[in-house]
Amino acid sequence: MTSQILTVTEVEPLTDWITRFRFQHPEGKPLPLFSGGAHVVVEMPDAGVLRRNAYSLISDPMDGAGYDIAVRREEGGRGGSRFMHRVKPGDRLRVAAPVNLFALDLRAKKHVMIAGGIGITPFLAQLKQLARLPMPYELHYAAPSRQEAAGVALLPQSPHIHLHFSDEAKRLDLAALLAGQPLGTHVYTCGPKRLIDAVAQAGARLGWPKTALHSEEFLSPPVGKAFDVTLAQSGLTLTVGPHQSLLEAMEAAQVEAPWLCRGGACGQCETDVIACDGQIEHFDHWLSDDARATQRKIMPCVSRFQGRTFVIDR
Amino acid sequence: MTRVSFTPSIATRPVYGQLASRGNAPALMLAEAAGAGAILDLAARDASVMDHAHLIFIPMGSDDGPHLRALRPRQYNEGPSYPAILSRFQKALADAHMGVQLYLAGSEEMIGLASAEASAAGLPLAAIQTEHRGAITRRVQCVHCKGVTQGVATDPFTCSHCGLTLFVRDHFSRRLGAFQGVCVDAETPGVIPPQREISA
Repeated sequence: MTSQILTVTEVEPLTDWITRFRFQHPEGKPLPLFSGGAHVVVEMPDAGVLRRNAYSLISDPMDGAGYDIAVRREEGGRGGSRFMHRVKPGDRLRVAAPVNLFALDLRAKKHVMIAGGIGITPFLAQLKQLARLPMPYELHYAAPSRQEAAGVALLPQSPHIHLHFSDEAKRLDLAALLAGQPLGTHVYTCGPKRLIDAVAQAGARLGWPKTALHSEEFLSPPVGKAFDVTLAQSGLTLTVGPHQSLLEAMEAAQVEAPWLCRGGACGQCETDVIACDGQIEHFDHWLSDDARATQRKIMPCVSRFQGRTFVIDR
Repeated sequence: MTRVSFTPSIATRPVYGQLASRGNAPALMLAEAAGAGAILDLAARDASVMDHAHLIFIPMGSDDGPHLRALRPRQYNEGPSYPAILSRFQKALADAHMGVQLYLAGSEEMIGLASAEASAAGLPLAAIQTEHRGAITRRVQCVHCKGVTQGVATDPFTCSHCGLTLFVRDHFSRRLGAFQGVCVDAETPGVIPPQREISA
């Protein structure tokens, strides 16, 4: 995993809840370019715990002068966003090279982007990428009300961008949106699970192939009850804390474990389960329902366990 | 004519199935000659699929046209050849929206051409169903001169554009709707393996 220490050069509150951070190379060297939808993983040494959180890049993919991210403060979360809201200009943090698990399909004839809440972030870089391409696109941003629509502060004025606020009687009508799209349209959804599910259901009813419907759910490791895990290869038994993921617990114990997205999407951290007397709490988007039911695989970046005995091949 | 059972081959070689109704989604159907049988069988399994269907038929000697028309598709057109119906097919694709299902039934050459046309128009592969009925001759692109020879029935064959003797691969280009033909005697000029009929 290539990463480098970057300097925080700008901290700009966009709303009461969302802050933009800009990272630049300490010596002003150019950073790797990326593509719209890419994220970086930021390392946060927080009171003895090393957290690694993934954030979508919101700056111009063709601009290597710096990386911008937008972080929403989650009071009930595990502390990563609270850590970021204490970061000041001049602080240095380790940032991994960009990875894109939510790229535009450039074979498309048209792009339709659907965002809910902070799910707007990957689209901000995609909008900058699309502005250079001779291709039709539109973005629909849905929120309960203008006051709760934090993403509006991040969006440029553009005829491609459509705002939908339920309390202004302009609710996003997914069936109508998907019904009239020309052949070759690809749809990208980012936001809460219920929005992603609603797009999938509306698409299925209209005969859309799944290959034309893309989604990224914003997923951070959920808070849960503490549990014990035995690592067969390492010969260790660890306790995973309530605000810690299984992956973070292994990292804290210096156990080598692969990872990429840290959000249950990429499949990189898939681990064999050797013994399981209890119930795996699967929170990932990677394993199939059948694979989950067997309880023979776990994605340690987001998933947890409740029960008596849990042994994994790591 | 009954369906041909093809020998399993490399991953790029198209495989054909049996048309299955995708319910009440709008349907675009293209049938050629014996391919009419696949549409008749489909409608026998689910007559309602025709309610939303635009069916284009290329009889090429088949007398199934009246039987297809009797299925009462939403729109029915006939034409004497694929090139003759191409502009109508292109118009139907241009007017279609995401969600449309394409049903193709007929020869390997027609299915390859029509799939390539639909893909170029933006239709996802997952929205294309194919059922092979009829000829197994191939459209083959010469990888050397890029000329396409239609109706190739033997392997090797002589490129109708550049005259090279070409080995017919199972390697298929979805973009071109054609198999790839490679010079069979490039390293041993004049040493040409015995010619065989293209088989399924």
